[in-house]
Amino acid sequence: MDVNWNLLIQQLIIGLANGSLIALIALGYTMVYGIVELINFAHGEVFMMGAFFAATVVGLTGVTPQSAPLIIIGAAALALVSAMLFSAGINFGIDRIAYRRLRRAPRLAPLIAAIGFSFILMNIAIYWKGGNPISPPALLPQKYRAYNVLNEWFGLDTTIRLRPLDLLVFAITIPILFALTWFVYRTRSGKAMRATAQDRDAAALMGIDVNRTIGMAFLIGGALAGAAGMIALYYTSAARFQMGFRYGLFAFTAAVLGGIGNLYGAVVGSLLIGIVWSLSDGFMKTLIGGWGAQWTPSVIFGVLVLVMVFKPSGLFGDHVPEKV
Amino acid sequence: MAMLEITDLHTYYGNIHALKGISLTVEQGEIVTLIGSNGAGKSTTLRTISGLNQARNGELLFNGLSLRGIPAHKIATMGIAQSPEGRRVFPRMSVLENLEMGAFVRGTVDQSDIARVLELFPRLKERIDQKAGTMSGGEQQMLAIGRALMARPNLLLLDEPSMGLSPILVEQIFDIVTEINKQGTTVLLVEQNALMALAIANRGYVIQTGEIVLADTGAALLKNEAVRKAYLGEG
Ligand SMILES: Nc1ncnc2c1ncn2[C@@H]1O[C@H](COP(=O)(O)OP(=O)(O)OP(=O)(O)O)[C@@H](O)[C@H]1O
Ligand SMILES: [Mg+2]
Repeated sequence: MDVNWNLLIQQLIIGLANGSLIALIALGYTMVYGIVELINFAHGEVFMMGAFFAATVVGLTGVTPQSAPLIIIGAAALALVSAMLFSAGINFGIDRIAYRRLRRAPRLAPLIAAIGFSFILMNIAIYWKGGNPISPPALLPQKYRAYNVLNEWFGLDTTIRLRPLDLLVFAITIPILFALTWFVYRTRSGKAMRATAQDRDAAALMGIDVNRTIGMAFLIGGALAGAAGMIALYYTSAARFQMGFRYGLFAFTAAVLGGIGNLYGAVVGSLLIGIVWSLSDGFMKTLIGGWGAQWTPSVIFGVLVLVMVFKPSGLFGDHVPEKV
Repeated sequence: MAMLEITDLHTYYGNIHALKGISLTVEQGEIVTLIGSNGAGKSTTLRTISGLNQARNGELLFNGLSLRGIPAHKIATMGIAQSPEGRRVFPRMSVLENLEMGAFVRGTVDQSDIARVLELFPRLKERIDQKAGTMSGGEQQMLAIGRALMARPNLLLLDEPSMGLSPILVEQIFDIVTEINKQGTTVLLVEQNALMALAIANRGYVIQTGEIVLADTGAALLKNEAVRKAYLGEG
């Protein structure tokens, strides 16, 4: 079989970019699950709200593609940070208002509350921006939209396209991932978070304020989702009240695939799903006549089912017993 | 003034009345043991002192300050540390990280504290980078006690440190508890191994279905007819 190398590399680039975007969302699922064993079904909508808020903030700055480059960069950074704060606030607020009261309730209670908040946020979004897709206010000058970094900067004679937007996705996600790892494994608060996730009573005996620590996990998870919202807004040049469902589902799948509760697992699972997603989009048609990109979700969940059958705890699932 | 003074303390789990008016005191420098059979309320007593459970009635004074209503994480900063029932080490953290968590209330980890714990428990030194969850029960028990010591507590609460350990290890653990006490830490020791506990304790209390039924010196309780019958398997 002839392999179309250019298409393969092209799809890998797209897959890695989509995967890093999913990773930002998946980390929020996995952190919250790790610490309170709750699947936060509202998390996809927290991400969507971040995208909406980013669009609003960019609109408010009045920046256009014709503005000075530094102003454009400043507006984008402002929108990114605002979206992170906004989503963090929402996620923290939901925990404070609902989940925290249900800490000792049966598992199903916070889960139903999460589904409820997912609908509430979607309805707020519809009320706020309407039911149709919104486009982000233009930021990038026209020249850079179709710009191919590989041709222009590296002088490569290739049809593979690497856009500034692709690079931007990596430029934002990679530092965030490193910062998160540093926070969780190196700082006092991060260690408190891991301890709380592993044994809540024991953590309290060490002097850790468990409620505050759980709140912090929601804050951080929300901030990552907000960053993902801003990125998705520009990467896909659209946002809609339903966008949290598809991304949320893929991110949740990625978290389970990697071993829910495990941070590295969430990142690896996300990259894997991003790549499977883009390869399926790109090659399904040539592999199986009559099939196309519409099969991608089935392929992704097929991979999930396969991994679950052979490794039920996920790729990086923990085998160290929780309690002795 | 006693270091710990508990008067007519009542604790519930929902409708279950687990502590029905417990009174006991621990003086500075003592080893006091609380013995009793399964479900008597020993762990509940320690959990109530630490703030993991809240009492519904009664008085709970530590150095004259009431602990009632104070959350566990604040009580931990007041000089009380607990090695809880079932060890409860952090399974996915290394031995060293577990010890560092023990010093959380102190803000910074003092290397001399780690050195002291490793001297008391040389076994932990060999396992310093091992994940705590993969260690044997006895090793985890040593870690749980060592972790509690890292807070440099004035009062150390130990919940069944001998549970599930081989006789030789039990003897070692009790020697170490005595040593810790000699170094200046007051100890409240919950045990089912009444013989060993009473042998090292200054004083002891016997708890039965949520009530204190006997209180005396360790030596006197060891000779007590009822205690020998009920807890030392005699008669
Ligand atoms: N989480 C809980 N929910 C309901 N009841 C509880 C709970 N924990 C303990 N109890 C009850 O409270 C009583 C005292 O239990 P506790 O754990 O204090 O006993 P114990 O003396 O430590 O026993 P053991 O020697 O078996 O550890 C028991 O009747 C027990 O069933
Ligand atoms: Mg007990």
